[in-house]
Amino acid sequence: MSENKILELKDIRREFRMGSEIVRALKGVSFDVKAGEFLTIMGSSGSGKTTLLNTLGCLDKPTEGTYLLDGVDVRKLGRNELAKLRNHKIGFVFQAYNLLPRTSALENVELPLMYNPKISAKERKERAIRSLEAVNLGDRLGHMPNQLSGGQQQRVAIARALVNEPVMILADEATGNLDSRTSFSIMALIQDLNAQGKTIVFVTHEPDIASFSNRTVMLKDGKVIKDSPNENRRSARDVLASLPTTEDY
Amino acid sequence: MSFINLFRIALKALQRNKLRAFLTMLGIIIGVASVISMVAIGQGSKQSIQKQLSGMGSNMIIIRPNSNVSAGARLDATTVQTLTMDDVKALQREAPHLSAVTPVMTTKGQAIYGNNNWSTTITGVNTQYLDIIRQWALQDGVEFTDRDVQGAAKVCILGQTVITNLFPNGDNPVGKYIRFGKVPLLVIGTLTAKGESAFGQDQDDVILAPYTTVQERILSTIYLQNIYASAVDEASTTAASDEVSKIMRVSHRLKPTDDDDFAVRTMQELINTFSSTSQLLTVLLAVISGISLLVGGIGIMNIMYVSVTERTKEIGLRMSIGARGVDILLQFLTEAVLISITGGIIGVLLGITSARLVTYFLSWPTLVTESSILLSFLVCFITGVFFGYYPAQAASRLDPIEALRYE
Repeated sequence: MSENKILELKDIRREFRMGSEIVRALKGVSFDVKAGEFLTIMGSSGSGKTTLLNTLGCLDKPTEGTYLLDGVDVRKLGRNELAKLRNHKIGFVFQAYNLLPRTSALENVELPLMYNPKISAKERKERAIRSLEAVNLGDRLGHMPNQLSGGQQQRVAIARALVNEPVMILADEATGNLDSRTSFSIMALIQDLNAQGKTIVFVTHEPDIASFSNRTVMLKDGKVIKDSPNENRRSARDVLASLPTTEDY
Repeated sequence: MSFINLFRIALKALQRNKLRAFLTMLGIIIGVASVISMVAIGQGSKQSIQKQLSGMGSNMIIIRPNSNVSAGARLDATTVQTLTMDDVKALQREAPHLSAVTPVMTTKGQAIYGNNNWSTTITGVNTQYLDIIRQWALQDGVEFTDRDVQGAAKVCILGQTVITNLFPNGDNPVGKYIRFGKVPLLVIGTLTAKGESAFGQDQDDVILAPYTTVQERILSTIYLQNIYASAVDEASTTAASDEVSKIMRVSHRLKPTDDDDFAVRTMQELINTFSSTSQLLTVLLAVISGISLLVGGIGIMNIMYVSVTERTKEIGLRMSIGARGVDILLQFLTEAVLISITGGIIGVLLGITSARLVTYFLSWPTLVTESSILLSFLVCFITGVFFGYYPAQAASRLDPIEALRYE
């Protein structure tokens, strides 16, 4: 069922030239991601995690190997075509949220649609509102990022990733800046989105977070050392409920 | 990305840092305001010079003796005596484009009345001078007649400055005898005040007399110093001056190879000379102001570079969610042009205001032309594009990965 495959990576290699030395960040990575999967990519620093993420996000192209995103061979595309692909097929969620300062939540969410000339101003606004409602921020449309908590900001970022109706949401340490309670609630949101059929690729170094996904790819020294489904997948909502509530929190 | 979106994004970016945007704009504002007001001053003075010259009778033609070569030495015009009454008569007879011709004899001397005396100029002319050539009205008394001219009558008409100095008590000079040098002259009329000329000469410091009187009784010469003529209208001034040249050459019996021994100057030429002088002034002022606009442009460039560096992360984000290089380029370019155009609008308003203030407080004539406004806008736009392009291009060439991780 190759139509079902959102991502197909075959023997991806990526080399960087640092002066006279050649650094090989990825040394032949292969795996597929099917539609509706919730995949975590794990690895310690220096494992090639970031390089793989950049490749998956079409920000970088592999030196060798084939990467098909929704059936499109990324290696053959130019800069502008990559930008279009990112706009149409990928929703990014970053560790530092990367919201535009002094710009309302609504306008931040509208941003990806601004780069899609086919969408009218009216439709853009409607979709942004729907997207914010999907992350339970329907009442915070006009708030500026500095008026929102970290968790809320990350939810705005998720709404922004959703607004283009991408084939995949690519999250880079999306809970890295949040306390555990908030990060569990973000994970609960991501699990909900996954349950609605969104394909999610989540890059993290925390095994705790990885346990919420249904499959984990482990990287080490630029190679996949483990690729297995999660046997005991946890529900973030349950974990959140089981946390002790403290008065001063 | 549509233009409206670009515009909105640029506006938002500028709103985020209002003070900085304003300070950047200030360079352009000062530049444009100085261009507008300086050019207005230049244009205004040009126009006022033209107006003053027209007031003197812009259809006036002046014929002077030209410098002449005598025994190999080129002599200065005042030493040359080539104009005669025959020339005047020839011009009166043969030039259809001329409405009036008069000899003009001028000399300086001491005017005396009672125990007052005043160093002034006596100008000898014929009866056409006041009415047709200078269009100058009498305040009191009468003009001299053709009979006075023929008889070299000892009569004169006084200008206001002369009256003030010779008759400090306010007596009516008409009917009194004054002396110019040794020649007694009966005052038959007084002139209205004409004020300073465009060259700063006091036009009222004059005594008018029949040219024959000056020629025969004061200068004792048969030659004429100048001939003034008046074209029928301004449009035919050039034709008239050509005509004058031809008649004069015949009258002086010059061979085709000979140089003119006279010079014909029209006020038109004078107007042109002054126009080109003040044109030069305008260009000079515009260049100086243009330099300040250039400095303003460099200010924009500087701030745009700062802005690109500062917003590297934003650029990375925009690229990661699908902005192409050209989108980023246009975004920053729009921002730069928005700064320069807004600065331009404020600058134009400020320039017009300061031109008005200059006119109001210093009573310098100013003229704000549409072309200078249009030009300023154009220059502003070009400044914005030119100085905004390099920072914008630098932004568009950023690597999204590095831009995203930029701290």
